[in-house]
Amino acid sequence: MLKFILRRTLLMIPQLILLSLVIFMLAKAMPGDAITGAFMGNPDATPEQIEKIREKFGLNDPWYVQYGRWLGKAVQGDFGMSYTHQQPVTTLIAGRVENTVLLSLFTAIMIYLIAIPLGIIAGRWTDSWADKLIVTYNYVAFATPTFVFALLMLFVFAFVLGWFPYTGSVDIKIESGTWAYMVSRAEHLVLPVMSGAIIGTVGTIQYLRNDIIDQKTKEYIKTARAKGVPEGRVYSRHILRNSLLPIAAFLGYEITGLIGGSVFIETIFSYQGLGQLFIQSINLRDFTVVTALVLISGTAVVVGTMLSDIILSLVDPRIRIE
Amino acid sequence: MKNPVLEIKDLRTSFNIKGDYYAAVDGVSITVHENEVVAIVGESGCGKSALALSVMGLHEQKNTKLDGQVNFGGQNLLTLTRSRLDKVRGKDIGMIFQDPMTALNPLATIGRQIEEPMDYHMKLSASEKKKRTLELLRRVGIKNEQRVYEQYPHELSGGMRQRVVIAIALACDPVLLLADEPTTALDVTIQAQIMDLMKELQNQMKTGIILITHDLGVVAEMADRVVVMYAGEVVEIADVKELFENPLHPYTRSLLNSIPSNMESKEKLHVIDGIVPSLQNLDRNGCRFAPRIAWIPQEDHEETPEMHEAAPNHFVRCSCYKTFYFPEDRVGEREYVATNS
Repeated sequence: MLKFILRRTLLMIPQLILLSLVIFMLAKAMPGDAITGAFMGNPDATPEQIEKIREKFGLNDPWYVQYGRWLGKAVQGDFGMSYTHQQPVTTLIAGRVENTVLLSLFTAIMIYLIAIPLGIIAGRWTDSWADKLIVTYNYVAFATPTFVFALLMLFVFAFVLGWFPYTGSVDIKIESGTWAYMVSRAEHLVLPVMSGAIIGTVGTIQYLRNDIIDQKTKEYIKTARAKGVPEGRVYSRHILRNSLLPIAAFLGYEITGLIGGSVFIETIFSYQGLGQLFIQSINLRDFTVVTALVLISGTAVVVGTMLSDIILSLVDPRIRIE
Repeated sequence: MKNPVLEIKDLRTSFNIKGDYYAAVDGVSITVHENEVVAIVGESGCGKSALALSVMGLHEQKNTKLDGQVNFGGQNLLTLTRSRLDKVRGKDIGMIFQDPMTALNPLATIGRQIEEPMDYHMKLSASEKKKRTLELLRRVGIKNEQRVYEQYPHELSGGMRQRVVIAIALACDPVLLLADEPTTALDVTIQAQIMDLMKELQNQMKTGIILITHDLGVVAEMADRVVVMYAGEVVEIADVKELFENPLHPYTRSLLNSIPSNMESKEKLHVIDGIVPSLQNLDRNGCRFAPRIAWIPQEDHEETPEMHEAAPNHFVRCSCYKTFYFPEDRVGEREYVATNS
């Protein structure tokens, strides 16, 4: 088991190198560089001076030297300076990472809290009114874009009813570290989390429902019933264990996938997270930030896939590699 | 005669197809005695598996209608609530399934799966359960039982898995075993091993067995009594020796005639005309086998075919057996046109 995890972790290294290479190439392929941005059109800068600065910053070196330098720094957590914010990219990201992690984590938890019971009800009592209701919700939610639903939530619960704040991640007047501060953070999280979860959960519900319906017809379920296993146990011990397998396997992927993925939600709720920073940076052509964020979310996906593989190998004996 | 263990009386199992109910098992009555092996034979679709699943209450309830009686241990299984039925299944009746590749839960160890019925039917401690399970594994011919106990189904071969399926059925010392084509999904050498095992177990355990199969070789080897089913009905019941020596019903005779008997002969293999009609297309009036023996005149069949005791303990349905013949035996004697209706 340990050997498998180790091997799977080592496999990540070439994936990450490839990812960083692609991102670096894309960044290089974009027109202009840091110097053109800073000095172009400045009448005091002669072409000789610009050339000198280029040489000084190593921009005339071959691409692989530049790549090596960039990667070396990135590994140490140095992604350079943000042009628009005039502070290191790392500092900029660090200030937002907590917000995004909180949002992603609670959204993921909410997704499973909704999906597992609803999926089980719909799958176990197929064609009942409860199932029909859940399936209808699925279709409607599937067809609703997140940003439309988030705006609706914002309008109803923040604007009309006024139950929750409609912007930011915390009330700025409250001192950090106090109980009131925590409560304020939680209040600010409710709408973004619910908007993301209510829409994001439908795939999982549908998957679980269909898998339960599929497992129900399997021969080993007949074996279980023929053993005299009560119906409740047939579900909990046989059907659900098999049906939750793919869901569990998706867990790692889902959690890390959310880290870069809450662009809409963060933007609509003006929630100070990485997604919002990403969109702002793209609009401002702040490419050091964009590159760093793409690298981070890309890494998150690679790590997530690895987590999924490890989870699956833990829960499914057929995949266990000795 | 020994005590009856199971009495099936006029069992009718109907399935809902597009709003109407069609009987797949149509008024079947069979009695199984202690220590008796009753084989149920017939083509695919004749209702033999549906019969076994009806006895066990394993049909999907929503689209199935069960009528008649399945008397076992002083109660009619068809009228029991689910929780009462669960006290019988796996304890007094064990079931062996057809396909060992799918009959085991892929996520549970072999040990767990054999112990599961004991959880519900026997008051045993964990160590007693394990001891019993290891003993069962040995009894079904698994030699490295300690290892297999910890293994998962995918680590075992088909023959080994079928042994495990048998061990599950035997876990709580049932008085009746239902074996639904226990060797069909296995390859020939393994089939023989499993059949030997079943025979050996039957000799030791003295349980009643219902053996569902379409393999007449298996029937000859194992059964005491044979029930031949066609299109949901019993067409012939006889002791195994009697049935093979003196088959009466045209269907039974056709089945026996379809076995290639002599490897060297270049004779054409006998084929029964037509197929078993589907549930919706089955004509339920008159002799159901009549369309497949079209050369027998209609007046030789009964209008509502009944079971007749043609010889002591040898029952046969419809009167058409009296005049039935194979056309190839009488080429030239009488004109006939083969039809595939």
